[in-house]
Amino acid sequence: MEAQALKDIPLLTKEDFKSDQMVKWCPGCGDHAILSSVEKVFPQLGIRKEDFVVISGIGCSSRFPYYMNTYGIHGIHGRAAAIASGVKIANTDLSVWVITGDGDSMAIGGNHFIHVIRRNIDLNILLFNNRIYGLTKGQYSPTSPKGIKTKTSPDGTYENPFNTGELVIGAQGSFFARTIDNNPKMMVKVMLEAAKHHGTSVVEILQNCVIFNHNTHELVSSKETKDDNQLQLEHGKPMIFGKNKDKGIICEGVKLKVVKIGENEITEDDILIHDQYSEDPGMHSMLARMAPPLFPMAMGVIRSVKHDTYNDSLDEIIKISKETSPLKTVDDLLASGNTWEI
Amino acid sequence: MAKNKLVKEREDVVVRFAGDSGDGMQLIGSLFSDSTAFAGNDFATFPDYPSEIRAPQGTIAGVSGFQVHFGHTDIHTSGDKADVLIAMNPASLKANLIWTKSNGIIIVDNTAFIDKGIEKAGYDANPLEDNSLTGYTIVNPPISKMTLEAVKDLGLNNKVALKSKNMFALGVVLYLFNRKLDSVNDFFEVKFKSKPQIIEANKRVLKAGYLYAENVEAINPTYKVKPAPLKKGLYRNITGNIATAWGLMAAAERADRNLFLGSYPITPASEILQELSKNKQFLVKAFQAEDEIAGICSSIGASYAGSLAVTSTSGPGLSLKSEAIGLAIMTELPLVIVNVQRGGPSTGLPTKSEQSDLMQALYGRNGESPCIVMAAGSPSDCFYSAFEASKLALEHMTPVILLTDGSIANGSEIFKIPKVASLDEIIPPIVKANDSDYQPYKRDEKKLSRPWALPGTEGLRHRLGGLEKENITGNVSHNPKNHQLMVELRNEKVERVANYIPKQEVIGNGSGALLVVSWGGTYGVMLTAVEELRKKGMDVDLAHFKYINPLPKNTDEIFSRYKHIVVCELNNGQFIHYLKSKFPQYTYERFSKIQGLPFMVAELEEKFKTILEKNNK
Repeated sequence: MEAQALKDIPLLTKEDFKSDQMVKWCPGCGDHAILSSVEKVFPQLGIRKEDFVVISGIGCSSRFPYYMNTYGIHGIHGRAAAIASGVKIANTDLSVWVITGDGDSMAIGGNHFIHVIRRNIDLNILLFNNRIYGLTKGQYSPTSPKGIKTKTSPDGTYENPFNTGELVIGAQGSFFARTIDNNPKMMVKVMLEAAKHHGTSVVEILQNCVIFNHNTHELVSSKETKDDNQLQLEHGKPMIFGKNKDKGIICEGVKLKVVKIGENEITEDDILIHDQYSEDPGMHSMLARMAPPLFPMAMGVIRSVKHDTYNDSLDEIIKISKETSPLKTVDDLLASGNTWEI
Repeated sequence: MAKNKLVKEREDVVVRFAGDSGDGMQLIGSLFSDSTAFAGNDFATFPDYPSEIRAPQGTIAGVSGFQVHFGHTDIHTSGDKADVLIAMNPASLKANLIWTKSNGIIIVDNTAFIDKGIEKAGYDANPLEDNSLTGYTIVNPPISKMTLEAVKDLGLNNKVALKSKNMFALGVVLYLFNRKLDSVNDFFEVKFKSKPQIIEANKRVLKAGYLYAENVEAINPTYKVKPAPLKKGLYRNITGNIATAWGLMAAAERADRNLFLGSYPITPASEILQELSKNKQFLVKAFQAEDEIAGICSSIGASYAGSLAVTSTSGPGLSLKSEAIGLAIMTELPLVIVNVQRGGPSTGLPTKSEQSDLMQALYGRNGESPCIVMAAGSPSDCFYSAFEASKLALEHMTPVILLTDGSIANGSEIFKIPKVASLDEIIPPIVKANDSDYQPYKRDEKKLSRPWALPGTEGLRHRLGGLEKENITGNVSHNPKNHQLMVELRNEKVERVANYIPKQEVIGNGSGALLVVSWGGTYGVMLTAVEELRKKGMDVDLAHFKYINPLPKNTDEIFSRYKHIVVCELNNGQFIHYLKSKFPQYTYERFSKIQGLPFMVAELEEKFKTILEKNNK
């Protein structure tokens, strides 16, 4: 069926998905690069351009649908996942994308976020994490690091932040990946994998807000430090990182540990091999939790497992009900059970 | 002895079954209703249950009731006070005596009137022995004891055997009204198919009750209610919530759309979600959301994708949905919001009925956000109201709030089954692929509805959202004049719905001394009260409203023909407030009841008589 579909679909390009609306994000905002990556991903999916629906909530990132020439809804704060659930359940042929931010998805929309993941509705969620409220001009968010000073935390925050990956995996997530706005190649690669995943896929994109939280991801993003602070995960490959590719992750007891290859008799064979398809979420959760300065940040696809999707399960039950029910029309229903003639 | 019994004819009778919430009163109530249907009577029912599932046994808090009103004449209400009360324990007697006529028949389980039960109910002495029930006819078989006796050789333990004691009471009542046992016995055969012993036990206990009644002197005379002269057709008994669900399914079929319901369980609206969940054969997608907000937001998504989209809830849930209703108003998507009203504010009285969400439905949102507001009149009218709400939403591209209430949602009445093909056509403005004229906010000239372009359709890609839209293009616009224009257009679109709804009907002469105004779920009781007074020659008419926003076009003209207008509603005066703002030239008298209880025919008649007398002076 996919091959058939591909044949019928005219070759699409980036231009097919650019809308006529002026892009109004701040100059230098990470969102521009994410938009450009999505425009590159959509034509590669073998999906008709009419079958994409892009849905967002509220926040800087949520202006996204206006900039995509697809079907789309710019919803209300926090509710993109719920709106998108309705779109996908109503018409499973559509490719539905949710664009959200850290506040939109994990503060005001936290309930919808965990439940859409739990249900495993076949949606693609791109979560722009800049660890700040940008559109409301600089208040801390549920992912802001503890102690950060913002307009609403003049003395530093005294709240623990969420780790997106841990939350997703804890909510029974079947797909979680992490990428960063200054690496378009990785963004495209991860988004392609997310699109192909059957179920809810969450891609956390570490995104820079130049105005209110500049360089919040600096250790992971800057040229000088990123190699020592990013672990590029690839399925089946050892977890090696560092400027000189000489550092790796091992499991000691029930904890992860950074080691140097060649020191203390450590060889490449001792380094953990990434298994993104492992049903057991334990290692995925530990990888998602790693953060500088003690650990590198795990990037790429951390978890990708096959679970039944809500929408397929429902469609299957509907199909069986339609075939087996003696009630073929609403007239049959009205006349069913206890009735009497006068 | 039996052959000496008199049989008296009655026009209508009210029977109230009451017991502990585990005693199976709802079941025998509905079985008695089925028997009433087979007897050819018109009838209406109402369950009265506590909000706790199993409150402490034997206490007033745990009393569950079920009232059936049946007759030879048209029955529009579940009745005021009961002619016959079945009270399975002292607490149910205490809680229900005020709902029983002073010369009524009371059937009690004598076995339950022991010290412990009497004390739990809050009686100082046994009410069966202290002459406090003088005037009533008391029938007091030892039901529990006789139940055990009837099944003693079946080898059931006492606990299981006593589960059938409600059938003893039902047997007594069936005898009292000269009914047959067949329909109830048939029910046992189906319900307990795999448990022959239970079938036998229930049959025996039912018969024991019947025979007891035949032999006891207290039951004399017995009563007969002749069949009602109903129109020819196929009938069934239906509650408002089921009728709502079915009306929605009929509308989806008529509109050739799939039905989507996004909803969160809430009393007293959950049956709508439950009923739609079990009708997947009609491609119904019932989504039990994580909360009220997800319920409506998923529906908005489904509406965008082309479904007949619905969300169902009760008062507190409607509050949670407010912001999203605004989104549906701004995106001008079709959406039906069913609000089964209950007593408020806050959690209020979850199992009691009220009409106090009218203001919330009309105005409870930020910004200028008009939508269509309708209110169903009776259990069976919920079917037609849900159908019409769907039609208006789909054809006018706007959310519609349909108000029902706990009374009509849980209450039942007989329903003449229509053919779906006989219902109005529903033609939503769906745009064809590659329509070069398509613009997201280019409106139909007459209705002002915008076109519905469904994802997946070639050549119609567009974005909607909560930000203000530019007229015609639908692009985001902060232009001041455009905002004013769009606010006016959205308002005018809803106003123009008045051109597509029926004119307001008046029951009565059409002019005169007193017009009674009411709306929504009180229809049956209002009609009964006004008709009773009219039979007595009084100059009183009724205008009962189903369409609230917009109001029918002839409303003003109707009001102008009466000397006096009284507005009756189960709230602190919300509709009257609305009418005053629409038609300030009239004087309205208010009659409010806010007790979580329906109006009684008697109290309405009394009120209208007083008004008429006062005005004649």
